[in-house]
Amino acid sequence: MKAWYRFNRFFRENFDNRVLILLFPALFWLVLFFLVPIASILIYSFAERGTYGGVDWTLTPGNYRRLLDPLYLGILWRSIVTAAVSTVVCLILGYPFAYYVARYQYRWRTVLLLLVVVPFWTNFLIRTYAWIVILRAEGVLNKLLVALFPDITPPELLYTPVAVHIGLIYGYLPFMILPLYASLEQIDGALIDAAKDLGAKPWRAFLNVTLPLSLPGVVAGSVLVFIPTVGAFITPDLLGGGKVNYIGNVIARQFKTARDWPFGSALSFLLMGVVLVGTVVYFRSMRGERSSGQ
Amino acid sequence: MIKRVLQLNVILVLAFLYAPVIALVVFSFNAAEHTAVWEGFTFDWYAKLLGNRDLWRACLVSLIVAGFSTFIATVIGTMAALAIERYQFPLRSVFMQVIFLPIIVPDIVMGIALLMFYAQAHIPLGIASIIIAHVAFNISYVTIIVRARLQGFDRSMEEAALDLGANEWRTFRSITLPLIAPGVVGGALLAFTLSIDDFVISFFTAGVGYTTLPVHIYSKLKFGITPEINAISTLLLFNSIALVVLAMRKAVVSGR
Repeated sequence: MKAWYRFNRFFRENFDNRVLILLFPALFWLVLFFLVPIASILIYSFAERGTYGGVDWTLTPGNYRRLLDPLYLGILWRSIVTAAVSTVVCLILGYPFAYYVARYQYRWRTVLLLLVVVPFWTNFLIRTYAWIVILRAEGVLNKLLVALFPDITPPELLYTPVAVHIGLIYGYLPFMILPLYASLEQIDGALIDAAKDLGAKPWRAFLNVTLPLSLPGVVAGSVLVFIPTVGAFITPDLLGGGKVNYIGNVIARQFKTARDWPFGSALSFLLMGVVLVGTVVYFRSMRGERSSGQ
Repeated sequence: MIKRVLQLNVILVLAFLYAPVIALVVFSFNAAEHTAVWEGFTFDWYAKLLGNRDLWRACLVSLIVAGFSTFIATVIGTMAALAIERYQFPLRSVFMQVIFLPIIVPDIVMGIALLMFYAQAHIPLGIASIIIAHVAFNISYVTIIVRARLQGFDRSMEEAALDLGANEWRTFRSITLPLIAPGVVGGALLAFTLSIDDFVISFFTAGVGYTTLPVHIYSKLKFGITPEINAISTLLLFNSIALVVLAMRKAVVSGR
């Protein structure tokens, strides 16, 4: 009773009634329908698959031991590398694009940025499907290639890792371009002029002034691309045809066909760990680099 | 020289972004069913869509889910944004980090977490289960956007209203809400878009007979690629473009 009284007093002293009313719905929803389900992944991951696809509530590290199997470690590694490669390609394509729009274009600036966003008003699924139309054996790309070079044997791109990369890069390129543009656009041109006046060659001015100042955009864009691509499910499923395994597909399979929820939970926990650790490390390292560079 | 290279890159990027979209639209009018060879212009695939009852039902489910989840998430998210921005309370910074979590956690993890939670809590999968899930991720986006609007807020207007004898609720309704309205509308639009666009979370939380449009399209894709899917996609594409253009017109006319 005493504890309750104290708790009550703590509450009344620290929380305005209005704050409680304003916060309660969000807290209720996020705790019940987000935090509790996420925590339940952890509990499920220590259970075992029952004989008929149900769940046996034991406390076993078996699912995590299974994750150490080179097969699953390989799948995780492939997912991380694929996401990293896609992020880097987005950066290589997106940085010059954003740089051009921010530095050289004044008249068509808004139009160019709008053009980047327009294809993304459609559903992600449809955007991915569109690549099937282009990449499949009887698809647009191969017909075009054969028409141009009659002797060529058209490559089989659909259902290969190449197709998965293309789909991921396509799916997340604007998430790279927009933050890059935002940070490049803010850079004071006078700083670059000053560097040049002091005798720096254009590329030197770029490396020492523009690039460091645009790092926040690089970080934001990379995180925005890396996070969704590492756990991607639709792209590997549709463009990879389920022939190459990525962690997102393997998780989905545990729930849709294999009915091994505990193992799927362990995989999800691993994925969540990779994403959280990746985000934190990336932000930390970038922050450190920036402060030491100044 | 550098400028030329940059321009070339712009053209390449735009070609990359638009090639699939253009292919989709063109082939939705192609008479050929199985190849990318042009065999004549036809409206057949669109005519076929009109009679597709499953498709219309899926559209309806998507709209209901997006409508309800947008409304609930907008109300809850706006309230949370007001609490964070206006008041100091214990664990405020922790709460702010929790708000960000649904955005960081991969879709697929959120989808399966809810699926297992529903199974344990004996909540049947149906339309409500999808709405609950969509609200859970939309609250975060609405809160962040409304909060951004609140940060640039001049509070002297509110103080003036209070000085002139308006009570707090009245002040909120006639001063605060109209001033943060662009943020609230922006948050709601984003929530609606995310809800309509979501496939992964709906895929895991939808009950039998309550498939949203993306889930419906996915199940069709699994049976093979037909020009009918090109037609649906084209319609959806033009639908979203029309909606965004309309929204922008409105934003320009009202001039903020």
